[in-house]
Amino acid sequence: MDKSIPSLAQAVADIPDGASVMIGGFGGSGAPIELIHALIDAGPRNLTVINNNAGNGHVGLAALIAAGQVAKLICSFPRSADPRVFNAKYLAGEIDLELVPQGTLAERIRAGGAGTPAFYTPTSFGTDLARGKPVAEFEGRSYVQERWLKADFALIKAEAGDVMGNLTYRMAARNFNPIMAMAARTTIAQVSRIAPLGSLDPETVVTPGIFVNRVVLAENPAQEEVLNRQEAVYP
Amino acid sequence: MTNPAMIDLEAVKLTNAQMAWRAAQDIEDGAYVNLGIGLPELVAKFQPDGREAIFHTENGVLGFGPAPAKGAEDWDLINAGKKAVTLKPGAAFFHHADSFAMVRGGHLNVAILGAYEVAENGDLANWSTGAGGVPAVGGAMDLVHGARRVAVITDHVTKSGAPKLLTRCTLPLTGVGCVTRIYSSLAVIDIAQGRFVLREKVAGLSVEQLQSLTGAKLHIEAPVTDLTAAQVA
Repeated sequence: MDKSIPSLAQAVADIPDGASVMIGGFGGSGAPIELIHALIDAGPRNLTVINNNAGNGHVGLAALIAAGQVAKLICSFPRSADPRVFNAKYLAGEIDLELVPQGTLAERIRAGGAGTPAFYTPTSFGTDLARGKPVAEFEGRSYVQERWLKADFALIKAEAGDVMGNLTYRMAARNFNPIMAMAARTTIAQVSRIAPLGSLDPETVVTPGIFVNRVVLAENPAQEEVLNRQEAVYP
Repeated sequence: MTNPAMIDLEAVKLTNAQMAWRAAQDIEDGAYVNLGIGLPELVAKFQPDGREAIFHTENGVLGFGPAPAKGAEDWDLINAGKKAVTLKPGAAFFHHADSFAMVRGGHLNVAILGAYEVAENGDLANWSTGAGGVPAVGGAMDLVHGARRVAVITDHVTKSGAPKLLTRCTLPLTGVGCVTRIYSSLAVIDIAQGRFVLREKVAGLSVEQLQSLTGAKLHIEAPVTDLTAAQVA
């Protein structure tokens, strides 16, 4: 078994127009900047993107949105230090937004990966974000029904990966990456290093290879925060 | 209703740091704590001697510490406010679903959040001014239903002097009946049985003056003590 792909471009080449794409990361931490830029180069349009945020500055997800490739964004917090790209598209009515509380977003993704079509959460009960959703009472408390979230593709960032797709992460860059890996039909992981098979201690593997379809090397990956301080713009 | 008695609030109110200091005094040793972005984050600076709280951040860290020196940031190690942090001994990393299992599953002792409005029935509004623009919610709606104790830290009135503590919230709700204690710039108020119960107030205001700056009735069940805070910055 060898899930490694020789280039970032090949890793994303079959993502079509209209695809749903989960993109890992929380702000810039754990964001697969190199895979996102490869997706911009590939150019599919009318994408539904699932991410916690809506991009920052003019690189990564913000650049994908600026390129006009995103029709709908599902996220919890479309605010950032420099949210101009998303704000302009949103206020011009050029992008749809589905706002989801952060924990509900995470659990919907986890549920998608775990084959659980719906679940109940106290989060958002009695608020505008629960409108139209079924409510039920358990042990005297009210809960809102939420549905699973799945995607055609997930673009994620990990620290080390082997050819079987086993992954480790670095610090808080883990965030949404492991659960998105579970919830997409095709999961594409960029890794800072390819670990020789057998060198990853099974005790430390966070994402088992069963959840990963492609592993591609992106050595010394860019940090969104650093790029933004340099006022970088992609492409 | 805007400050009818023309009270000089600047002279009597607590600073942001003092509000945070007061909130920190109620955090027990060994508590797992989530602090909202902004003003609540200051609470971490004022842990009383001999007590250690473990701070949780939504993006997957337990046991983070203060910001690193400028230039020493590691952008894989940030908090929910996207600011660089450091690790304390005993820290742990986890993914987002586990992070919110800690929240929703009732494993946090305390969450301290900011507020636009708090109502006497415990409702909180802190995510949307309802004024259009781009909405953003983050983890606030999860935190208000997860932590065993949900407290709010806030100025007692808005910048224009209008009460933020009300009979009912007017802005879009973050959560229903979730807040149990308010640390304001003028008072410490508990919410119990759908009522504001005044516990402490700054010495420079009478109960009547405080009531005039509050949008719902303040109930007094026991002697109200002076709200004092260390001279902290």
